[in-house]
Amino acid sequence: MQALYAQLLVGLINGSFYALLSLGLAVIFGMLNIINFAHGALYMMGAFVAYFLLNLGGISYWWALLLAPIIVGIFGMILERTMLQWLTGLDHLYGLLLTFGIALIVQGVFQNYFGSSGLPYSIPDQLKGGVNLGFMFLPIYRGWVVIFSLVVCIATWFLIEKTRLGAYLRAATENPTLVRAFGINVPRMITLTYGLGVGLAALAGVLSAPINQVRPLMGADLIIVVFAVVVIGGMGSIMGSIITGFALGVIEGLTKYFYPEASNTVVFVLMVLVLLVKPTGLTGRAA
Amino acid sequence: MPETAMAEASAKTATGGNILQVRNLEAWYGESHILHGINFDVNAGEVVTLLGRNGAGKTTTLKSIMGIIGKRAGSIKFNNQDIIRATSDKIARMGIAFCPEERGIFSSLDVRENLLLPPVVRPGGLPLEQIFDLFPNLKERLNSQGTKLSGGEQQMLAIARILRTGASFLMLDEPTEGLAPVIIQQIGHTIARLKKEGFTILLVEQNFRFASTVADRYYVVEHGKIIDGFSNAELAANMDKLHTYLGV
Repeated sequence: MQALYAQLLVGLINGSFYALLSLGLAVIFGMLNIINFAHGALYMMGAFVAYFLLNLGGISYWWALLLAPIIVGIFGMILERTMLQWLTGLDHLYGLLLTFGIALIVQGVFQNYFGSSGLPYSIPDQLKGGVNLGFMFLPIYRGWVVIFSLVVCIATWFLIEKTRLGAYLRAATENPTLVRAFGINVPRMITLTYGLGVGLAALAGVLSAPINQVRPLMGADLIIVVFAVVVIGGMGSIMGSIITGFALGVIEGLTKYFYPEASNTVVFVLMVLVLLVKPTGLTGRAA
Repeated sequence: MPETAMAEASAKTATGGNILQVRNLEAWYGESHILHGINFDVNAGEVVTLLGRNGAGKTTTLKSIMGIIGKRAGSIKFNNQDIIRATSDKIARMGIAFCPEERGIFSSLDVRENLLLPPVVRPGGLPLEQIFDLFPNLKERLNSQGTKLSGGEQQMLAIARILRTGASFLMLDEPTEGLAPVIIQQIGHTIARLKKEGFTILLVEQNFRFASTVADRYYVVEHGKIIDGFSNAELAANMDKLHTYLGV
């Protein structure tokens, strides 16, 4: 039974990363109509920035949680201003190819300087150790990742669905020309939205660093599963991404316990089933 | 229409200084040349109507003023500032508000969010109480999804949301299109009341009967040009000509 709970916890942690990453993808797709294949590379950059901050600047994990998303978010905004903005109105394929190219370049550069093996990033002192819950042993850091990710996801959902700024974002997703004609600087809002989505990926990277180590290909390994999560949840759906992210992490964990051979493929089997039954995803809109 | 005659028509019913001056306005949709040198003026406090057949260039004129047409040339002066090269967000912040023909109600926003969406660009906008006084239906449906409203209610919402912003120059594109007579009458009352409140309104209408109840002056658009213009007082004398222009 302890093994089941352990796998459930692993599933929840993976689900946290899936949710944070697919949420960023959903925000970016909703606003820019771009399938951001560079998301995994930007997630990796978040982890590397945390690593550099600690090892070169002595800046702690806690500051990295704030600074890495800002630094990588600014990098993302530069990408949007210099490259992605020119793809407005073109087929999705162009955005996908461009961001795929960006991902390969970023990963290649990091791989060139840091190789393929992982760099260590230790768990902050305040989150070391664990708690015996009676039915299982819970490492504090892993519990923190799940709760913090959930809080960030809900805060992002609240921002988009319940605030004035979110109303601008949702309206601009539907009719950017009219929103701009109301006096809102839509191009700037698009850049900031891309920065927000990228920042969420970088935040996931920082959270992941102490668990998975810091590796140039850490994002490439994860991004395919995250895209499956996004397809299942529905492109562009904020709540769909969050729920599907956590749910699929848990399903993956349970599969590892009940039928480990299928644990790497269960998400893709589910994706195929969902695509057959509901091509726009469980909660998504048509692309 | 010669510029001098047009300016004369403008001066006859001028209720305030010249607020909008359009000269030799040309506009393109891609390769299609739509406007071929539009000239007209709007004075502060007036209701001016652009009349014309389908495809004459009325909506394109409004969109050109608002800056949402890709390629424009000529001169558009608003409060003596040339806005031909300004982006639409900057134009909105100068005090011009646009209510599009398709209404542009956002389906992902409820009525309250739709109403509060356009930011306040300058002081002097109508407070919500006054907007609800003009459009009582909206108050009762604040939590409904924007696109679940009836056509008339959506039109009211589309007009209401630009009244909050403080813009004093409103451009309404076919506000009566597809609406029941009783709703058209209500929109007519609203426009008359807005005029009393000091708003300047540039209206595009195909419904000439409706336009005649609210407009101070008319311009007739055909093939991307202004071909005639007259005041409301001259309307009776121009009826035959107008019928020919509009093909009614």
